[in-house]
Amino acid sequence: MTKAGTTGTPVAAARTPAAVVRLPRRRGIELALIVLAVLLSVYGYCAVGLARTGTVPPGAVGYGAGLGVLALSAHLAVRVRAPYADPLFLPIGVLLNGLGLVLIYRLDRETPHDRAAPAQLVWSTLGIGLFIAVVLVLRDHRVLQRYAYVCVAAALGLLALPILFPAVNGARIWIRIAGFSIQPGEFAKVLLAVFFAAYLAANRNALAYSGRRLWRLQFPTGRVLGPIVTIWLLSVGVLVLERDLGTSLLFFGLFVVLLYVATGRTGWMAVGLLLAVLGAVAVGRMEPHVNQRIEDWLHPFATIEAGLGPNQLSQSLFAFAAGGMLGTGLGLGHSVLIGFAAKSDFILATAGEELGLAGLAAIFLLYALLVERGYRAGLALREPFGRLLAVGLASILALQVFVIAGGVTGLIPLTGMAMPFLAQGGSSVVTNWAIVALLIRVSDSARSQYDGREAP
Amino acid sequence: MSEYGGGRPMARYIRHACAFCALLLAALLVNAARVQVVQSRVYDDNPANRRAEIARYGHPRGDILVGDEPVTGSVDTGEQLRYERTYRNGPLYAPVTGFASQSYGTTFLEHAGDGVLSGTDPLLSPLPLWNDMTRRPGPAGNVVTTLNRRAQEAAYRGLAGRKGAVAAIDPTTGRVLALVSSPSYDPGVLSGNGEAVTSAWARLNHDPEKPMLNRAVRQTYPPGSTFKVVTAAAALDAGAVTDLDAHTGSPDPYLLPGTRTRLTNEAGGCRDASLRSAFKWSCNTVFAKLGVDVGVQNMVATAQAFGFNDPGLRIPFSVAPSTFDPHVDRAQLALSSIGQYNTRATPLQMAMVAAAVADRGQLWSPYLVERTTRRNGETVAGSGAHPVRQVINPSTAERLKELMADVVREGTGTRAAIPGALVGGKTGTAQHGVGNTGVPYAWFVSWAQADNSLEPQVAVAVVVEDASANRGEISGGGNAAPIARDVMRAVLGR
Repeated sequence: MTKAGTTGTPVAAARTPAAVVRLPRRRGIELALIVLAVLLSVYGYCAVGLARTGTVPPGAVGYGAGLGVLALSAHLAVRVRAPYADPLFLPIGVLLNGLGLVLIYRLDRETPHDRAAPAQLVWSTLGIGLFIAVVLVLRDHRVLQRYAYVCVAAALGLLALPILFPAVNGARIWIRIAGFSIQPGEFAKVLLAVFFAAYLAANRNALAYSGRRLWRLQFPTGRVLGPIVTIWLLSVGVLVLERDLGTSLLFFGLFVVLLYVATGRTGWMAVGLLLAVLGAVAVGRMEPHVNQRIEDWLHPFATIEAGLGPNQLSQSLFAFAAGGMLGTGLGLGHSVLIGFAAKSDFILATAGEELGLAGLAAIFLLYALLVERGYRAGLALREPFGRLLAVGLASILALQVFVIAGGVTGLIPLTGMAMPFLAQGGSSVVTNWAIVALLIRVSDSARSQYDGREAP
Repeated sequence: MSEYGGGRPMARYIRHACAFCALLLAALLVNAARVQVVQSRVYDDNPANRRAEIARYGHPRGDILVGDEPVTGSVDTGEQLRYERTYRNGPLYAPVTGFASQSYGTTFLEHAGDGVLSGTDPLLSPLPLWNDMTRRPGPAGNVVTTLNRRAQEAAYRGLAGRKGAVAAIDPTTGRVLALVSSPSYDPGVLSGNGEAVTSAWARLNHDPEKPMLNRAVRQTYPPGSTFKVVTAAAALDAGAVTDLDAHTGSPDPYLLPGTRTRLTNEAGGCRDASLRSAFKWSCNTVFAKLGVDVGVQNMVATAQAFGFNDPGLRIPFSVAPSTFDPHVDRAQLALSSIGQYNTRATPLQMAMVAAAVADRGQLWSPYLVERTTRRNGETVAGSGAHPVRQVINPSTAERLKELMADVVREGTGTRAAIPGALVGGKTGTAQHGVGNTGVPYAWFVSWAQADNSLEPQVAVAVVVEDASANRGEISGGGNAAPIARDVMRAVLGR
């Protein structure tokens, strides 16, 4: 493995003789964008109050100051330990987290006995704390490669943990400790991404070049495939036992994407799709819970026609439709009609109703930008583990957004999952901040070692 | 091609994977546009979507005004469907306002004026585009009625809970001055959406007294002798009678043509009576024969000119059509001409008959909404008097007025007389039921013109169906005329 930046290609060398190319750090831009993100969040917070009561909510200053302090500490950590990192990660994280807090605060107005925003703010603080810790402590992401098997053991342990706890709302994905609900599966995502990246980086040549050729597709041998499929089956099996299909879908997608990027074998995609179809059919047949989700997706208004009133999905669709192009305005929609999980799985419906298609498009663009920046960091790196890690983390975000946003808008069957940063849920927010921290670490390596060969 | 570490162009696959993620997010955006813009109407219009209801009840409903006074209100319940309708003096105005219920919809003016009252009428907003942009509904408007509060109260007081109805209109414009149905109910008990509303709804619907039936416009009664106004009008207009005081050559009893049924009178002195005395003493025999003499064609034409057989009348809510059967033999025609057989009329229809006679044979379309206004009182839309047609010749109308005035001066309707005003009227005691065993309905139709006024000011029809009274006591002159008098006095201000 060669270190980038010490040698260049003839072309680059000709343009930049001898001297090391240093990219601009762009920390000033990051700071300006963070200030903008905090201001936008405070504006949203005030808009809710103005729409509901005609006054600026009393907590506006405290809320803005809290979010601002958190964001600035994160910025300082980046400035100190990851000065070359892409300047977009942190502001996007802050803006999405701030917007999520605004939406949850807004929904709290409808449920005076069930306030979720304060707890979410505490979790956000923990998340940014973890972000700062990762940025400060983890000096080089390649260290993680050494702990691949520790990671996978921890991930499987976390996934298995909720089986020991009682099911909540039909899914065994929560554990309750001292009044806090924790979803260990959320943390397992990052650990599994680290393991997949490390394992595939080490074995990608074996995976790519061995195996049989069938028609135009090359299939790998069982020897290399064995361990990884075993681990994948284990994690998926645990998830099916826990009935958390969203996460199961996410792991599967992550696995297939990383396998493809590592080997470039389209045969992997064929195997993946085949497995997905088989799995979907089997689970759909066996699990009444899943079967019901598919029925709901195909016929969202079946309960209405049966005279039982609208189900959550139809209420969610009603909310999106009510938003139209420009939305009703923050605080003026009726997405609370969705009822249970309006603040978590269905949080996007509130955004869709009150901010309209315009606001929703903006939110999707923020996610797209986050994912694209992650991929770009992967492209700019020169070593496979970092590349796969960046691609894996960015893909987790993209897939998670697709699975839950597609679910609540009726594009695909609904599976419970948290909208990254927006949805109520402590484990999710903490995990997403860990993902952004790792992306910043990877991106810092990529841009500080830039050799002028690839787009940074 | 050669790459660090692997030797395979990983960058290419990263780009492919990135494109795949971009595709996923693009699919989300396209689908969101489908749900939010392209197909949003389907979702918005789904009956299970409560947003339309929430918006409808999210702001106070406009008021219905009698004079300058609102007779309705709105109360903030703090529930999901926030504002509920309230009524001041609900039973008095129920036949006009109807109800506005979150559970059972709207009726009467609450229904006909719903666009304005709920604030959705596009005319309400001075800048429609601006409201579309802000997506904030403008405040609701008000509906100002033509009702005369004192006439309405007088009618309601006069009926005193007995079954019956009163309709009063301004003969020269068609403005409805009073519209009362009794027994009535408080529409406020139906406003909300709770358990109490459901049980009130069931109770009102199963009440044998039918308090929610609007007897003034939705119930037809055999008009009995009051229909003799129409028969006399037809006879005079067709030339069957030219001199009010000439003998009509009618026998007493009258043998219905083609049958052996003998028609008799309550009063004496009807044999060969003149039209004037026959009208004054309400001789059935004379008018049955007159109807047959005039012929079915002329009778039908005159009745329809007054508004019978018209299913399209709206004031602005619909009025049950009054009927005069055009397919009758001569015996049936004889009975039809004295307001029996298939002849039926709403109280409003009989008020229209009196009004047309009073206003020189000119019929005006009755209307109940004076104008609709914005919250601040600016007029959104005004309604005016609309002439329907010249029902009878002005000279015929003048002679009919003379006949009707005689009834009040010295005939069966003396109890309707008002000092200082010219009052004309006609009593009626309509039999009904199989073999006329039902308790008869007491009718009185009249009009009044103050001595110092150039034009008639009010026409009124009263019907009292009083099941508790003895048959002999029920008569238009005894029961209904005093109510009509009080209503007319309220309008004349005496």
